[in-house]
Formats: sequence, structure tokens, C-alpha cells
Amino acid sequence: MNVPTMAEMLSQGKNPEVLFWVGAAGSYDDRAKKITKAFVKLLNKANVDFAVLGTEESSTGDAAKRAGNEFLFQMQAISNIEILNSYQVKTIVCTDPHSFNTLKNEYPELGGNYEVYHHTQYIKKLVQEGRLEIKKSLKGKKVTYHDPCYLGRGNGVYESPRDIIRKLGVNLKEMKQHKNRALCCGAGGAQMFKDAEKGDKEINILRTEQAIETNAEIIATGCPYCNTMMTDGVKFHEKESQIIVKDIAELIAEADNL
Amino acid sequence: MNYIPNISFAIALLIGIGFFVRNVLKLVRNINLGKELDRSDRKTQRWKNMARIALGQSKMVSRPIAGFLHIIVYVGFIIINIEVLEIIIDGLFGTHRIFQPLLGNSIYGFLIGTFEIFAFLVLVAVIIFWLRRNIVQINRFMSKEMKGWPKSDGNLILYFEIVLMSLFILMNATDHSFQEAGFGNPISQFVAPWFSEYPLETLSSIEHIAWWAHIIGILIFLNYLYYSKHLHILLAFPNTFYANLQPKGQFNNLSSVTKEVRMMMDPDADPYAMPEEGAEEEVPEKFGASDVTDLNWVQLLNAYTCTECGRCTSSCPANMTGKELSPRGIMMKTRDRLEEVGRNIDSNKGVFKDDGKQLLNDYITPEELWACTSCNACVEECPIDIDPLSIIMDMRRFLVMEQSAAPQELNMMMTNIENNGAPWQYNQQDRLNWKDE
Repeated sequence: MNVPTMAEMLSQGKNPEVLFWVGAAGSYDDRAKKITKAFVKLLNKANVDFAVLGTEESSTGDAAKRAGNEFLFQMQAISNIEILNSYQVKTIVCTDPHSFNTLKNEYPELGGNYEVYHHTQYIKKLVQEGRLEIKKSLKGKKVTYHDPCYLGRGNGVYESPRDIIRKLGVNLKEMKQHKNRALCCGAGGAQMFKDAEKGDKEINILRTEQAIETNAEIIATGCPYCNTMMTDGVKFHEKESQIIVKDIAELIAEADNL
Repeated sequence: MNYIPNISFAIALLIGIGFFVRNVLKLVRNINLGKELDRSDRKTQRWKNMARIALGQSKMVSRPIAGFLHIIVYVGFIIINIEVLEIIIDGLFGTHRIFQPLLGNSIYGFLIGTFEIFAFLVLVAVIIFWLRRNIVQINRFMSKEMKGWPKSDGNLILYFEIVLMSLFILMNATDHSFQEAGFGNPISQFVAPWFSEYPLETLSSIEHIAWWAHIIGILIFLNYLYYSKHLHILLAFPNTFYANLQPKGQFNNLSSVTKEVRMMMDPDADPYAMPEEGAEEEVPEKFGASDVTDLNWVQLLNAYTCTECGRCTSSCPANMTGKELSPRGIMMKTRDRLEEVGRNIDSNKGVFKDDGKQLLNDYITPEELWACTSCNACVEECPIDIDPLSIIMDMRRFLVMEQSAAPQELNMMMTNIENNGAPWQYNQQDRLNWKDE
């Protein structure tokens, strides 16, 4: 797989047009790695001049910040900004809305000013520029889209993901709570890394119920953490044979047999 | 001429407004117990938000039934208050319906007629509100934090409104000459026949009593505001004006932390440096919030503005799945503690005397704070832009940075980030392994 690093680019005297910020889940989590690879395939297909930081990438500090550890967050942020600025990074794309939100909104005050895209926005841009084509290979398939909190409510991005999902020719079914009213998957605010407090239900199970109600065959996600939560929810309801959970990047890459 | 009614009216008005001013001053004092926060930027956008969200009620209608009824009560409230102006002038100068000759019968009739129709609509809306709160089992009015005073408070406000609107109609219905004239009485003309058997003097006495009860009721209601959840009728305006304008996903970066982190990461910094001679010993700033005085003034304004409608709580994923956390509860507890601190200051000659209590633990438990997914549903839902999430985050910051009291799993996550730059225990050198897998 063609995945150049910023260091390699620099040694060849090149500065790529965009940095792909892979994120911790995208780098280490087996399920999320598939999303990472699908997105790289799309970048390569569209001949995007991109690079990753590779082993120089470190946690954005987002999870630490949401857990209340502002110290750790700012230490991560400031050292990441040093690296990003040393490579003169201008544009960043993320497959994780949490990285996207932190890099876009919380880094500027600490000295990191970049144009930051979520991958669904970036894919839409590539399509609009005529660099990428989305094949209508899922014609008529019932698909529901789960809004990630940090993309939707957090940053008001509701349409880009839906626009590119529709391009697959699917029958997009909205859950009863969607867009700014969407229900969280349960992973945000550092919940991903701990057990839930005492209650009568898990949040991801409730959210998956809403997805099942749409009779969708595919739950499209735009966040590796949402993906995990929804996948677990589908398993809990024993619906694995009827519903699959896929990132939008995966759906588009598979549509083109990449 | 007998001036006693005029003088009594002036005294009642003075007392009513005087107490109200005293309450407002106390309110401002309490809000200013919060930390400074600059929200003086982007004035145009702030005015627009206030016009759209508070004045224009744009977020109310996302729940159509409650939203529609609320708009009736809101518009009715504003419009009927024009009538209060006439009442005050009449009361002070001993006139009777001073606007009638000034505006002419047709305009005056149209105005009073409109007031009457709104008064009637408000009555209907308020009765439906009462049914929703007491008979129809609507979850957000049944939750734990709504037991006791908050429930009675909600009902009391509705009773006030029912009484005030009824008195207004009654006052018009028993005004014999007004009914005789036959304009501006689209509602009261149906009430007037109930009194047709009464002699004129009795009728006039009833009108007088209704008139007085109406204005005294308004003055009492004005002063009840400070003790109730009803302050939103005033505070919704500043609250929407000073609301956060950044993307909701963006949390503030603590500048006190930035200073320390920069120093820690500066290779030239001398860790043993003595403070410069003459320089004042800096008191290390407390990180995060454990009490109301650690919160900023906008967060405290939020607490006073909250109407306890519970839209936030009904949309909170943690609350929907039976967790302790309720964003409305966070706001109510913040206000309760702020009130307690305020009373403490009042009874100790203007200085807060340590009462051994704080917002954390005594009001808001860590269990509530850790149940939050930071999804912003509560912030999105609030019809007047209250931000419970920012309070939750500031309190988490205290728990983690001042008390190292995060749940064990989160401590592990943070240790991993610190040691290997990922929330899990993977080696940073393996970060690109996926490429070849």
C-alpha cells in the first residue's frame, strides 16, 4: 500500500498537499484499521498527494481533555503542533471526528493553525473536483447514517456524509433521532475507555435499536468509535446477519472494488 | 378630593418595585461571584442570536406542542403588559381607562379586545400546561429532581397566571360602562351576563377589587420570580446574548495550564528558578471547579436562567439509559448551591464564611459527572442556550487535576497516552504497521 510518511516526503524535498491524521484507533484497532486502509485506497485512487506522520504521530490528547486532564491534553497538543509546524503542514484530513474537532478547534489557540477536514468532507471535495467518482453500486440498498456527535452537533457537519452516501445510489433511511437530534453512540467524552455508570441500559444498545427500526441493511458511520459501539450493539441484538456496520469510506471503496 | 387610593397605589408600586430591585441586585451580586469571562466579542452575532432565540423563540418549536403553547403565553404576556401601563397611570392619577379618550374608541377597543383574546388563549394554554405537568405522564416532569419544591414551583407559576388572566377578564366584565359601550370586550361580554343581576354599586366594587387584585398580583409575581424557576422571562435575553458562539465541540483551553505546560516543555526553563525579587508570590490557580465560585459568571447566569423544562435531560443519552446524570439536575444544583453561598454572604456581613460544603459531592456527585458522553445533546436542546456540559467538564477537570480522582480505567488510558501516545498500550513505533498488514 502506498503510504508515504512526512519524513520520507521531506527527504525528497516534497511537501504533500494534505496530511492524513490516522489517529490512535485508525492505527491500532483492528476494525478501525480497515477504515484507514479504505480511505487510503480512495486517496490513492484520486491521486491525492498525501502523507502520514507514521511513528511521529501521537495522540491528539482529545480523550485526555474530555476526561478532564487538560495538562496531558496540552502537552500532547503542543508537541504535536511542533511536529506539524516543522513539516509546514497546511491541510489535515481525519477519519476520526474527535481528532478532527480537536485539531480544528482546540489547536489554533495553542499555535496550530490548519485547514482540517473530516474524511467525508474531503471525499465530497474530491468528488466535486472531479478527482473521484462514486459508483452507484448499492442501488436501492437501505442504509441509515449515524451522526457522530463531534462531527454533527460538535461542528455542524450533517450534509457532507449524507451527500456522498446518496451518491452510492442507496435508499437513505433516517433514524428517528438524527442530525442535530442524533443520539450519541455512548463512546464520547472518554466513555470509550471505561465502563458505563450504573443504569438500566447501555447507550449503544439504545442507539442500535433506533437503527434497527429503520430496517436498514447497512449502518453507515463516520467515526471509528461509533463504528465499534454500533457493531457491538448489532451483536447484542443478534442482527449480524441482517445488518452490517461500515464506515462511509469503506462503502465507497468497496463500491469501486478497491 | 380623596387621594387615599392614589397614595396607596403609589406605595404598593414602590414596595413592589423596591423589592424587585433589591432582588435584581442580589442576583447580579451572586452571578458576579463567578470567574471572569470575556464575552464582549462579536456583538452583531450576539444581538442576532438574542433576537432569534429569546425574542423569536426559534428553539422552542422543535417540540411543537409545548413550543406552540409557550409562544401563546409568551406573546400574551408581552402584549397584556401594555395594559399594565394603563393600570399604573390610572392608579397613580385616579383616572379610569385613560387611554380610551386618548386613543379613541376604535383603537382602544381593538387593543383591549386583543388583550382579552390573548388573556383567554393564555388561560387555555396554561391549563393545558397544568394538565401536562400533573395529569399526563410526561417523563421529563416526573423525574427525580422534579419532586417537592420544583414541582410546586411550576404549579404555583401556573396558578398565578390563571388568577391574573381571570382577574383581567373579570375586571373588564364588571366594568359596566365598558360593557355598555360594547367594544373591546370579545371575551368579557360572555362573562358580564353572570353579573347582570347585581346592582351597579356591587358591580363597581367587584371591578375595583379585581383591578386592585390584578395589579397587586402582578407585583407579587414580579417578586416571586427571584425565588422561582421563572427568572427565564428576564434572563433568557442576557443568557442568549452571552452564550457560547464557538462550535459546540470546542472546549476551552485552560490558559493557566498552557503557562505551566510551556514552562515544562521549555528546554531553557530553570526548574529551580526563584521568583524575581519584589515579584509577588503567585497563588497557584485552582484547576477546574469544585464550587460555584470556580465557575464563570456565564455558567452562573445559566443556572439562574434555567426554567427546569427538562428538554436537556430528556435528550441526554446517559439519562435515557437510567444513569444518575441529569443535565437539568446539574443546573438546578448549581443554582441551589449558589443561592446557599449568597445567603451565607448575606448573613456574614458580606463575606463568605466557610460552611464546609461545596458544589462537588455535596450537590453534584462524581458518578453524575463521569456518566457524561460530552455529546452536546443537552446544549443543543436548551431553548435558551444553557450549557450544562461546560460545568460537567470543569468539574471533571477538578477531579482529575486537583484530586487525581478519575476512574481507574481512565487513569490507565491517560498513562498510556503519556507513555506511548495512544490511549491503549501499543508502542508508538508500531503506529504505521497497518500499512503492511
